[in-house]
Amino acid sequence: MTTDPRFDGPGPDQTWRDALAAGRLEIQHCTACDAAQFPPSLVCRTCGAPAPSMVAASGKGIVYSTTTVRRRDGAHNVSVIELAEGPRIMSRVTDLSGVVRIGAEVTAKAEMGDSGPVLVFVPEGSE
Amino acid sequence: MSDPMRGSTAIVGTGITNRWDAPGRTAFDQLQEAAILALEDAGLTTKDVDGLFCALSVSGLPVLNVAEKLGLELRHADGTMAGGSSFIFHMRSAMAALNAGLCDVALICYGSNQRSAGGKLAAMPDPQPYEAPYGALYPISSYALAAARHMHEHGTTREQLAEIAVAARQWAKLNPAAMMRDELTRDDVLGSRMVSDPLTKADCCLVTDGGGALVMVRADRAKDHAAPVPLLGVGTAVSHRQIASMPDFTTTAAVQSGAEAYRMAGLGPADIDHVMVYDAFTICTLMFLEDLGFCAKGEGGAFCASGAIAPGGSLPVNTNGGGLSCNHPGMYGIFTVIEAAEQLRGRCGARQVPGAEVALAHANGGVLSSQATAILGTPATL
Ligand SMILES: [Zn+2]
Repeated sequence: MTTDPRFDGPGPDQTWRDALAAGRLEIQHCTACDAAQFPPSLVCRTCGAPAPSMVAASGKGIVYSTTTVRRRDGAHNVSVIELAEGPRIMSRVTDLSGVVRIGAEVTAKAEMGDSGPVLVFVPEGSE
Repeated sequence: MSDPMRGSTAIVGTGITNRWDAPGRTAFDQLQEAAILALEDAGLTTKDVDGLFCALSVSGLPVLNVAEKLGLELRHADGTMAGGSSFIFHMRSAMAALNAGLCDVALICYGSNQRSAGGKLAAMPDPQPYEAPYGALYPISSYALAAARHMHEHGTTREQLAEIAVAARQWAKLNPAAMMRDELTRDDVLGSRMVSDPLTKADCCLVTDGGGALVMVRADRAKDHAAPVPLLGVGTAVSHRQIASMPDFTTTAAVQSGAEAYRMAGLGPADIDHVMVYDAFTICTLMFLEDLGFCAKGEGGAFCASGAIAPGGSLPVNTNGGGLSCNHPGMYGIFTVIEAAEQLRGRCGARQVPGAEVALAHANGGVLSSQATAILGTPATL
């Protein structure tokens, strides 16, 4: 054998995209140290163990920080969500009330974008 | 016991084109002019250079292009690209290479024509698939997210951020080479167009052309030059690439790069007479002053709004006018070092910090991603 089977199969970015295309938010879990991780990688950034496994995330999180991007053709939200499992992820909060606040509880949702599914978050209880 | 690297090398030449809006020139033209000026300042020519350190946003092969254009015969080269902080990464590498005998004359150089080439920050080929779908403006939205979190945790206000832009402009008015020298008030900043909340256009650095260069040699050769500026300490740190991966949005890796620079220099924040921090956005000045120990975490807003960093204040910061008001050709870090060296050489005219003996230059790369800190002194500090 010339290749290491721990790294067989699609790479972590492709695996993540495939899961999102199927409507699932996945993150990585390290069986060696129990750390949760996003974005996916070939190694656990906490302990250095190779090939952490891809697992389903709860989809629950809170807004860690948020900004409104103002372009000539309109304004839109960009937020960084801290997932319940710990890792943070850039996304958009589609807030029906119009104001996105740091600390707000949000839930993940896969939305169809121009070039495939996009992960967004909606306020807790509005999904 | 002092670190053997402390004062082991020195800057002996600086070059700055002061051509911030210069159509008809390429990034390499700006770089070459700065390199020639720096070498002349050192009493050297391109024929003396045997170590090249450079990074550009317009070229993935900067060492090859620059060596060919300048006709350099190199023994050593380093094209490390860590964003706008690259040049202080280069200084640390040059310090090591000079001491190891890998080269004798190190040229560190940069050039950009981003203003005349289109007026936008030059985009580098560096796709970020986990950010791309969300339409964040690069890089301002990343800094806006850090600023929003700093406001949330520490009560920092837009009025305090505005005072940072005003202080930079007050310094720029004392610098005949600064690009923006007209009056700027707090209300002007607050009334400026919001781009990515909470940052307005006036919280953003300029978009200019420009070139800058440094020449470094070992201490044994520095005394042959007219105005050597010993490198007392230098530290670098990398914490993330994309903003969502920044460990704590309110604290940068300047904590680590600063600690290493202070350790090597055997100095602390209280010993620093003059400070240059890379102000890509107003929030940067505030966070770096906190992280480098000039005020406590969370007190940066009040500190900057107190007048402390403006002309006449207790801590002269960004005396050239900074990226906010002097120049910002995209990777501004080298200009923090040039201004620090020129202050220590007493060449800064109306903005000169009287009796400056020790200066700190700090630069940032990416989106608060890489941090690099250099501490320079006068020969008397050795
Ligand atoms: Zn682990």
